[in-house]
Amino acid sequence: MKRELKISAIKNGTVIDHITPGKAFEVARILGLEDFSAPVSIAVNVSSGKSGTKDIIKIENRELSKNEVDRISLVAPNATVNIVKNYEVIDKKKVEIPSEIVGILPCSNANCVTHFEPVKTKFLLESITPLRIRCFYCERVLTEDDIKREIARED
Amino acid sequence: MSIDWCLQIQYVDYWLTSQTMMDAVTHHSAGCSTETLKLLCGKNIFPVMQDVISIKDFERTDIENVLENASIMEGFAKGTDILRGRILATLFFEPSTRTRLSFESAMNRLGGSVIGFSESGSSSVAKGETLQDTVRMAERYADIIVMRHPRDGAARLAAEAAHVPIINGGDGVNQHPTQTLLDLYTIKRTLKTIDGLRIGLMGDLKYGRTVHSLSYALSWYDVTLQFLSPVGLEMPLHIKEDLTEKGIPFQQVTELEDLKVDVLYVTRIQKERFPDVEEYEKVKGSYQITAESLDFLGDAKILHPLPRVDEIDPEIDSTPNALYFEQAGYGIPVRMALLASLLGWKL
Repeated sequence: MKRELKISAIKNGTVIDHITPGKAFEVARILGLEDFSAPVSIAVNVSSGKSGTKDIIKIENRELSKNEVDRISLVAPNATVNIVKNYEVIDKKKVEIPSEIVGILPCSNANCVTHFEPVKTKFLLESITPLRIRCFYCERVLTEDDIKREIARED
Repeated sequence: MSIDWCLQIQYVDYWLTSQTMMDAVTHHSAGCSTETLKLLCGKNIFPVMQDVISIKDFERTDIENVLENASIMEGFAKGTDILRGRILATLFFEPSTRTRLSFESAMNRLGGSVIGFSESGSSSVAKGETLQDTVRMAERYADIIVMRHPRDGAARLAAEAAHVPIINGGDGVNQHPTQTLLDLYTIKRTLKTIDGLRIGLMGDLKYGRTVHSLSYALSWYDVTLQFLSPVGLEMPLHIKEDLTEKGIPFQQVTELEDLKVDVLYVTRIQKERFPDVEEYEKVKGSYQITAESLDFLGDAKILHPLPRVDEIDPEIDSTPNALYFEQAGYGIPVRMALLASLLGWKL
């Protein structure tokens, strides 16, 4: 049996492939898929020649916003986003952690000015491996665990 | 051509392009003496940067420029009017004595004037105005703003909103860059160098904003660091990692006697950092500089950002080791240098 058939193909929508194994549920939470009405398939720990195993999410009838793709990049930096139309992949892009991460997660420093003034949060990417971002305002460094926690809190 | 005219012309060459020669000549005749101009001839007030928000924005050259400018500013100790007509707004959303007074003094000595508030209760903030709006209002009234704010990152946010230079006079527990610059100036002014020095940092190294910034700035120099702090108040890991990355040797010591330093930077240990008062009372004696401490500190210069409580015995004040009051005084030329260069004043 072909690997792709483990979860059914979609006619129109988005396939998020090469998600870091075990991160599919975090990605689903970022996208608010718990409350999404159209069909969603989530495959976890699927074999992948490229990276050993991976997670996959297929979402019917939905395209992702830049903000959503940026947030996914923080928990699954190797993921690819495929846009499907009529069963054909018409666009495929690897997510990329932006050098400036704007307005997609709160700062973990409770005294950061961004919690008190009307301003979008902004972080500068310091390192991808290990993942470290620094708040542009209060200079607090957020590690991968901090980021995961803050993204979950935002939801 | 007389020396006076020669100096005037050089002065005009360097003067802000927006100034007319007449302004410059008027300025010269009204303020700078020929002697001062002689002193300054050929020296530039280097542009620092647009704002002074974080010591992390400074590389070694930037720091050296400020220190050089500060030494030039000592030539203006008795006052000048190079910033005549310029206004500094001091927006102090939380109280401060030294920082506010020294900025006011610096601006006054440069011939400028000062407006501002020293607690947010007396400003429109009490009515719910956003920081950005307060800054946008203040920049219509002043040419430069120095602010202190209880929230981390407030100065950076203000700088985004403002079109005039912003100087961070302390934002929460985050940064207080002008303190670090005056600390460095004090060291260099007194010991003629920073490179090659052994520098001890003592006290609350975990929460102390000044020691974090100072360590960061010192990492641009060829120094050796020693840390002395109570258990639980040690230098944070991320600062140590930064130092390691930059190849700065450092060592944690446990006793005052272990310190072998040229400069000892002492900070206050706050009672409230300890789980109970007893615990605090137990350790505080070990982190006190007394006359006996000088037996092993030798000629080491003692710095302190002030205010001190009881970590340095007053009997030290009259010894050649004590540098903390001079240090506070050096805040003036350093802040004069920052005000002048941020406002684009050049010679």
